[in-house]
Amino acid sequence: MDFQWDILVEYAPFFLKGTLLTIGLSLAGILIGTVLGLFIGLGKMMKNKFLSFPFSVYITLFRGTPMLVQIMLIHFAVVPLFTGGTNGIAAAILTLSLNSAAYIAEIFRAGIQSIDKGQMEAARSLGMTHVQAMRYVILPQAFKRMIPPLGNEFIVLIKESSLASLVAAPELMYWGRAMQGQYFRVWEPYLTAALIYLVLTLSLSFLLSRLERRLSTE
Amino acid sequence: MIEVKNLKKSFGTNVVLKDINVKVKPQEVVVVIGPSGSGKSTFLRCINLLESITDGHVYIEGTDITDKKSDINKVRAEVGMVFQQFNLFPHKKVIENIMLAPMKVRNTSAAEARKKGLELLRKVGLEDKAEAYPDSLSGGQKQRVAIARALAMEPKIMLFDEPTSALDPEMVGEVLEVMKQLAKEGMTMVVVTHEMGFAKEVGDRVIFMDGGLIVEENTPIELFDHPKEDRTKAFLSKVL
Repeated sequence: MDFQWDILVEYAPFFLKGTLLTIGLSLAGILIGTVLGLFIGLGKMMKNKFLSFPFSVYITLFRGTPMLVQIMLIHFAVVPLFTGGTNGIAAAILTLSLNSAAYIAEIFRAGIQSIDKGQMEAARSLGMTHVQAMRYVILPQAFKRMIPPLGNEFIVLIKESSLASLVAAPELMYWGRAMQGQYFRVWEPYLTAALIYLVLTLSLSFLLSRLERRLSTE
Repeated sequence: MIEVKNLKKSFGTNVVLKDINVKVKPQEVVVVIGPSGSGKSTFLRCINLLESITDGHVYIEGTDITDKKSDINKVRAEVGMVFQQFNLFPHKKVIENIMLAPMKVRNTSAAEARKKGLELLRKVGLEDKAEAYPDSLSGGQKQRVAIARALAMEPKIMLFDEPTSALDPEMVGEVLEVMKQLAKEGMTMVVVTHEMGFAKEVGDRVIFMDGGLIVEENTPIELFDHPKEDRTKAFLSKVL
């Protein structure tokens, strides 16, 4: 195997652009997915079965179908329904957010339910409302426990953002495929892409473990 | 101050409280004793609606808390509760545990809440632990912080749910000491406990519960020395 460095140098600016978009897509997915996930998780925890049912359905659908199918549906069917045209980046952000929201909802629910119910009782016995008790007592504790599984989900999200290349969003994997198409080379583009993804996921897990240590009360 | 009328509570088909009627006067210390499973903790938790009430009424200073229209948060702010498992907030420092509710529920300023919190910590002998996290405290210290946290809301009534049951024996004394002090200051208290010594010394009235009913209630001297009911006699002979 002869590794052709010159075509890599030629493609370096594209890989850089692609990496930036990959980071952008992942960040958008993480942020929107986390906010949505919190609401869906709280929704699923509602005592009223009729109100919580739609949230259960949402989680079942997005966890039970492949992300590839979701991104195709959203890109070719859902987005055109609203805008009249396709847009790879919008479809990618939408899919990543909606998909991760389903997983994050379950992470939130597990985190909240893992907090001893005495904490809620103590907060309520002091006269706090349910919302105040959630906000000041339950969620801060639950959040700390949710960091490891959330970190997992964020890492999965970075990797799955590569599916966006299939709907022509010019992220990292898109440029890898473009390079393969132009030069009929496979090692150079895909090893490079793999390495960049690895750097991204490693940096994220490093940041998360720092955060976890900072939040520890010991 | 507290009036409980025909209180019934069941969990599914399991009837825990059958028909409870109790009145507690201002500044009175009522001690509830009885075997485990007798419903005494459930009774206490019904007084501030931590358990939903199946039937009957509970009046706190004239407010019927079983009435859907009454604001339970307002009532709970006036009724402090101390739990067997302390239930301190582990992510907050001791002083923050105490400051939280006054700031959020009563809109007290942080400076004022801190001042009051430090005062209360001094009262329970833990002023030096203000900046510590609950995990670094002993059980007895935790429970004293929990008492200070409840007192920070300046409640008119204090409920104690087996406050010393989770403590090592040598730490029971320090918690009971704080409770005795409170009683002396005229706090209205309802205490569920297995500490018969405390019941005798501090209680104005002792209620013996068994099987979801109040079997007997009397002054501590009468109840402990001349129990009328056979069930009371049997229970006391085992614990005294």
